[in-house]
Formats: sequence, structure tokens, C-alpha cells
Amino acid sequence: MRNPLRSEAEAYRFLGVVIVGAAVIIAGAYINTWLGVAVAVLAFAALGRWLVHEPVPGAADPARVVASGTPPGTYRVLVVAPPGTETVTVPDGAEVLVVVPALASTLEALTGAVDDRRGDAEATAAALEARLPGARVEVGADDPALAVEDALRVFGADEVLVAGDGGMVDAIRERVALPVSRL
Amino acid sequence: MYLFIASEIMLFGSFFTAYFFVRIVNGIPWPTPPYHLPVFVATINTVILMTSSATMHWGTQAIKRGNVWGMRAGLLLTFLMGTAFLTSQIFEYMRAGFNTSNGAFPTIFFCLTGLHGCHVFVGLSILLFMTIRAFRGHFSAEHHHGVEIGGIYWHFVDVMWIVVFTTVYIL
Repeated sequence: MRNPLRSEAEAYRFLGVVIVGAAVIIAGAYINTWLGVAVAVLAFAALGRWLVHEPVPGAADPARVVASGTPPGTYRVLVVAPPGTETVTVPDGAEVLVVVPALASTLEALTGAVDDRRGDAEATAAALEARLPGARVEVGADDPALAVEDALRVFGADEVLVAGDGGMVDAIRERVALPVSRL
Repeated sequence: MYLFIASEIMLFGSFFTAYFFVRIVNGIPWPTPPYHLPVFVATINTVILMTSSATMHWGTQAIKRGNVWGMRAGLLLTFLMGTAFLTSQIFEYMRAGFNTSNGAFPTIFFCLTGLHGCHVFVGLSILLFMTIRAFRGHFSAEHHHGVEIGGIYWHFVDVMWIVVFTTVYIL
């Protein structure tokens, strides 16, 4: 669904739509009260349909694929470990960054009530840091694919290992042009 | 943003529910005789407010193109027109000839237009800060998020006025 107040230009455009809609309703009501009611129902239905079906800017663009280079002579592994992960196995000799996405439900993400989920992720990150000497462990975004994108911007990896379910692996694979496998 | 829109819909929706209940379910004449609504003044006010949206849009587009003085002029004009709207509404209240003790019609009228007036006041406060910041050179073609957000709010206030004006004054 398109947000009519997404930007100033869109809000201004929405104002124009509302003015036209109000003028049509007033014209209908001026002729006959029930005609005005019918026009109002149709106008609201048309407005709802427009908002639902109007393409969101950028939605049709192909998904951005993030790749990242690694300095010569090093092998870097990015590990995605959801909260609750007790341990992960990483290749010997590799530089490792473990990202713990602060997974949240849709409602929690929408309302911003992610403090508890972030607390869970921080606890998991602390436990993994103690078990994986030499590895960096960080808490990431509530969306695993976004957490991987964020991590790749500062940590050029050769491979992504995911200690989550198949859905999480597929979601990351769609956004990352690197070998992604499940632990 | 969705939560803001939802909360505003619920806020205005509660007052519009009272409006429709009074006018349609109870069948109370709108406006209740012998009172009259100042439709002409409200229409002038509507034109002022819609024009202020145009100047707001002009100001925002100007800064996007790096035209700082265009933005300053747009914001200043928007602020002045918003002030004119609110001042006119206060005079309209003073000369209405009825108050909230005169029944359901005046109560709903003052609640709906007053709620919108509160939004205009908030919008004017935001505009004042935006205008001061604009004249202090805080915005540029690259950094004008404050103007964008204030513009969205101002257009939203105008959208709500169209709904209030149509239902309360015209229909």
C-alpha cells in the first residue's frame, strides 16, 4: 500500500486528490443528498483503490545485490547467528564476523518495541563472543538480510554462513552476491 | 508514519462520529436555527490555506534545486498565510453568536474546527522554527529533511481542513 504522506511532493499531490474528491462529493450532494452519499462512497472506494494499487516508488526496481571484496591473502567469513544460537563452527584460519540479528515480530518492528529482542540478541552475542575467541560478534538489524547488508559494508567477506532456517538462508541469498550456505 | 496517520484518523474519526451521530442519527438541523455558519469567511480561509500549501510546495522544491531564497520566501509566505488562517478563525469564533452551551451543533462545530485549529497551531510552530532555521542557512539542496517533514505535516493539516470544511460548512 502506498503511503500518501511519504514525501512532501506526494503529500501535496494527495491534497490535490482530496480537493478534487471533495468537489465531486459537493457537486453530487448539491444535486441530490443521496447522490452525494453515493458519490462519497465511490470517491472513498476509488481513493482506497488508488492508494492500494498505485505502485510504490522504487518497488519495481530490481532488488539491490550486495557483494564485497576481500583483501588479498585473507579469507573472511560472515556468520549469521539468530538469537538463541549456542555455538557455531567456523573454518580454521578465517577472519570471522558473527552477526546476531535482533529478530522481531512484524508488530514489534512496526511499533519499534524491539528493546527486548535486542536484549536477547545481545545476550546471544555475548555468549558467542566468549566461545569464539578471535571472532568479532555484533548485534544486527531485525531483518537478517539487512543485518548482512550492513555487515558487508564494513567487513568484506568471501562467504556467508547462516545458522538459521532455510527461509532465512533464501532471504539472504536473494540480496547477497556471495556464496551463502546453511550451518 | 503509518502509526501517526492511524492515530490522527482515530482522533478526527471520533469527532466525525459525534458529528454524524448528531446530524444523521439524531436528525438535528445543521446549523441549528437560528444560528448560521460563516461560510463565506470559511471559504476565504480555505483559499488561504490551500494557497499556503502551494507556497510550502514551492519552498520545498526551491531548496531541492538549491534556491535558498526561494525556500525562505516560500516558508515565510506559508507561515504568514497560516497565521492569517488561525487569526481569522479566532475572529470567527468570537463573532459566531453561539457557544458550546447552546447545544450539540455548536459543541461539535467548535470541537471539529478547534481540533483542526490546534493542528494548524502545531504546524505554525514547526513552520516558525523551519523559517528561522532557513534564514540562518541551516538548509541546503543536500540537507533539507526538516523542510520536507514540515511540508508533509502542513499538507496533512490542509487535507484535514478540506474534510472538515466540506462536512461542517458545505454539506
